[in-house]
Amino acid sequence: MTTRMFGAPITRREDPRLVTGHGHYLDDLGAGALEAAFVRSPHAHARVLDVDVSGALDIDGIVAVWTWEDLPGPAAEPLPMLLPHPSIEHPVTGRALAKDEVNHVGEPIAMVVATNRYLAEDAAQRIRVAYAHREPVVGVATARDAAHLVHEQAPGNVAAHLVQQVGNAPARIEAAPHVLELHLDMERSASMPLEGRGILARWDAEDGRLRVHASTQTSTGTRAALAAKLGLPLARVEVIAPDVGGGFGVKINHPWPEDICVAAAACRLQAPVKWTEDRREHFIGSAHERQQLQTVRVGFDDDGRVLGLDVEFWHDNGAYLPYGVICPLNTSTHLLGPYDIPHYRVEFWSLYTNTVIVTPYRGAGRPQGVFMMERTMDAIADALGKDRAEVRLVNFVREFPHPLGLLMQDGREGVYDSGNYPACLDELKDLVGWDDFQKYRARARAQGRRVGLGIACYVESTGAGPYEGGHIEVDTSGRIHVSTGLTTQGQGHETVFAQVVADELGVPIDMVRVTTGDTRQMSYSVGTWGSRGAVMSGNAVHLAARRVREKALRVAARALEADPVDLELVEGIVRVKGDPQAQIPLAMVAVLSNPLRYAFDDSARAATQFGGRADTTRPPIADDEEPGLEGTDFYSPLRSTFASGMHAAIVETDPESADIRVLRYCVVHDCGPMINPMVVEGQVHGGVAQGIGGALYERLVYDSSGQLLNASFMDFLMPFASEVPEIRTAHLETPSPLNPLGIKGAGEAGTIPGSAVIASAIEDAEGFPITRMPISPSELWDLRRRHAAGRWPSLHRT
Amino acid sequence: MSTPPHPQGWSPGAAPEPLRPVSLRVNGLEHRLDLPHRRLLSDALRHDVGLTGTHVGCEHGVCGACTVLLDGQPVRSCLVLAASAEGHEVTTVEGIGHDPQHPSPVQQAFIDCHGLQCGFCTPGLITTVHAYLDENPDPTPEEARTAVSGNLCRCTGYQNIVHAVRRAAHLRRGARTTEEPS
Repeated sequence: MTTRMFGAPITRREDPRLVTGHGHYLDDLGAGALEAAFVRSPHAHARVLDVDVSGALDIDGIVAVWTWEDLPGPAAEPLPMLLPHPSIEHPVTGRALAKDEVNHVGEPIAMVVATNRYLAEDAAQRIRVAYAHREPVVGVATARDAAHLVHEQAPGNVAAHLVQQVGNAPARIEAAPHVLELHLDMERSASMPLEGRGILARWDAEDGRLRVHASTQTSTGTRAALAAKLGLPLARVEVIAPDVGGGFGVKINHPWPEDICVAAAACRLQAPVKWTEDRREHFIGSAHERQQLQTVRVGFDDDGRVLGLDVEFWHDNGAYLPYGVICPLNTSTHLLGPYDIPHYRVEFWSLYTNTVIVTPYRGAGRPQGVFMMERTMDAIADALGKDRAEVRLVNFVREFPHPLGLLMQDGREGVYDSGNYPACLDELKDLVGWDDFQKYRARARAQGRRVGLGIACYVESTGAGPYEGGHIEVDTSGRIHVSTGLTTQGQGHETVFAQVVADELGVPIDMVRVTTGDTRQMSYSVGTWGSRGAVMSGNAVHLAARRVREKALRVAARALEADPVDLELVEGIVRVKGDPQAQIPLAMVAVLSNPLRYAFDDSARAATQFGGRADTTRPPIADDEEPGLEGTDFYSPLRSTFASGMHAAIVETDPESADIRVLRYCVVHDCGPMINPMVVEGQVHGGVAQGIGGALYERLVYDSSGQLLNASFMDFLMPFASEVPEIRTAHLETPSPLNPLGIKGAGEAGTIPGSAVIASAIEDAEGFPITRMPISPSELWDLRRRHAAGRWPSLHRT
Repeated sequence: MSTPPHPQGWSPGAAPEPLRPVSLRVNGLEHRLDLPHRRLLSDALRHDVGLTGTHVGCEHGVCGACTVLLDGQPVRSCLVLAASAEGHEVTTVEGIGHDPQHPSPVQQAFIDCHGLQCGFCTPGLITTVHAYLDENPDPTPEEARTAVSGNLCRCTGYQNIVHAVRRAAHLRRGARTTEEPS
């Protein structure tokens, strides 16, 4: 028997190419293409009075200079509102190039196309823009005060407002024996992939087609948007995501202003045009996430059981709203975590500010919800003098399916499909040494050291629809070509989808090749976001492989004069069960599946009219068959599947400097059966590093005039190896009943509870509440001073 | 970024940008190029020599994705002018190992340990680790972590990269004694 590939921690098939410099990232393509650079607003809020390009035109090597007036037809109109939602009261989106106003530093105003990027940047510096300044609105508190407006058409700076409730939370809180109110605050971070955005567009005049390579998380989305903006038939536009150097959410937004400008320029100039984003542009021109102000009211009983939960929060969505309310919606619908809380009310306002737009960054609003819930659980435990794990345990959901009564980002009700939260907690306590921690702390204290233990639990809706597809073709040499439309940014799709297909077709994995994110191969797809790659495309290629397997057995049955039910497909050979002589290789099945007139090689002779195997009483292709050994299928779920997990961390805070160090970080993770545990483990590690970064180091700092003060890798502190601890992991594998493979998503999980668990641990070390993340040593130092002066409360526990 | 003054007094305008001959020795091969004075080594390697394995992540010398070896020592090629690399031996990731079927011990170690995900930072880590192990053939886990702590990776959380450093050291020792990478 072929070794089962599902579940095998095999090394990745993309790696030999990537480690030897043979990757093809966006800027590796299009040698000799014209290159674009953009003039961007240096002001956060201004009217654009005049754009004078005359200084740029006479520079040698400049091919084109465009302002808004040069954009053709729909390309000049506002960018699409990608995700309409009933809560959106005042939708405002930007434009490919600013028309008469700018709303954040970094907003593109003009494009220069030149023979190389150096010259394009030279020319961009010669373009003079006259502005009339307006009052900038920076920070969610300022936006909420609404003394000034970002957009005149959005009173109160409100883009969207939503209330969801189940039961009657205010009444239950009113009647509860204990009530707490928490005021919490999270600040901005960003995806910050090491490869920025980029696009290469080529107009093929001979074919009349636009071919676009883009560093994107959705090639089909980019394709549809570009076709609409450029007025081209969809069939005339191809979009390919080559190797992509990380995404983490930011590359799901589309079309970017630069996408439209570059593609339109390629069509107008009839030449390849490329734009490769530089790092400063990525900081001020792409997207951020996370900032919210939050208020939680909770009523609970003597055991710590939550009786009612009432949450209000204000979400900073930046200057425009192209990605709708996905982030705050996720916050509001993931807040309940693994807890059974029948009386819940949540109200949020999504507010415009004169800062970079906010679209999903790994976790996409979920970390903020988990922060609220887990800060609340710790506060309940502290108020009652109870163990923090105990309080969580009494609130766990224990029966599945568990409907939430809330509408999720896919427009469907959230229903926890499966999970085992008590077992997850037990595993975590063992892993981190929960029950021995007080002894550990006593020993540390005796050495003058200050340590704390934190915990955070979460659930994550993964694998949202609407669908993904798989196409599989077996060629006449027996090689298996698999295509799926969603894109890859490092998740190992070339490996894990091959594992799924190799199992279903009973072939060695070396025979399987996987293509992702190429609309020429698979034009129906949604994209890579929301921890959906393995669930959606994994199941789609599984279903497609099943179709190919069934067809292979039908074709082989005719050749072997057997019944398909008596056949099996093993090691690339179809054979009659129990009769090793009666067999036919899959490659020959592929030959026979396509009746031929012309023999292009020796093997093909068998499929020609005098090849000797045809049943001349029937047409060469039966009525219900198609030529070729190939199959397509789609996976479209009823609703999302819920993965879950719990993290614990031990931190040490320096008694003098307030330096914060993570000594131990433990993860128990349940994403159902794992296709490749090594890849899942890698996803968890990387997610945890981003969670720790977001908790302790990463903060995008705007001044009151809307200037981003730390728009470089020198100043925006992403963790290096020296900041990320060794991570201990354990896995549960609770299958999902919703999909054929029983799997759940894993991409975002590691990041989601990061701020919650680190806040919990610092609070435990310091003895006073931590309510704002990220937290730096200087902020902790300041909290200590306020606490010592009696201006910051103490925890009840010692 | 603002453009520094040109040594020959040229500024962007109607006159083409002056070029100068630059001879770059990359991975043992001589490349005779005509480049603008301000051409960065990273751009020259990628777009003039055509070796796109060297990646550009920040263009201000922090992320380390563009790390190449100059006479065996790691440098950030985005902070080096191409012209100033004349007379030096440049080694890129392709020079460490070019053949996907026969990766170098360091490259193999990154594969074995799942030390990469998107792969964008990886070439800079491969060159860095290669040079490090030349001088430190048997690092402890702590030393291995320090060795890669000047390179940003946004995908892996570094744990598997640290493992890969030690695995690479192991493979290199094996390669030296048996002359065959295992």
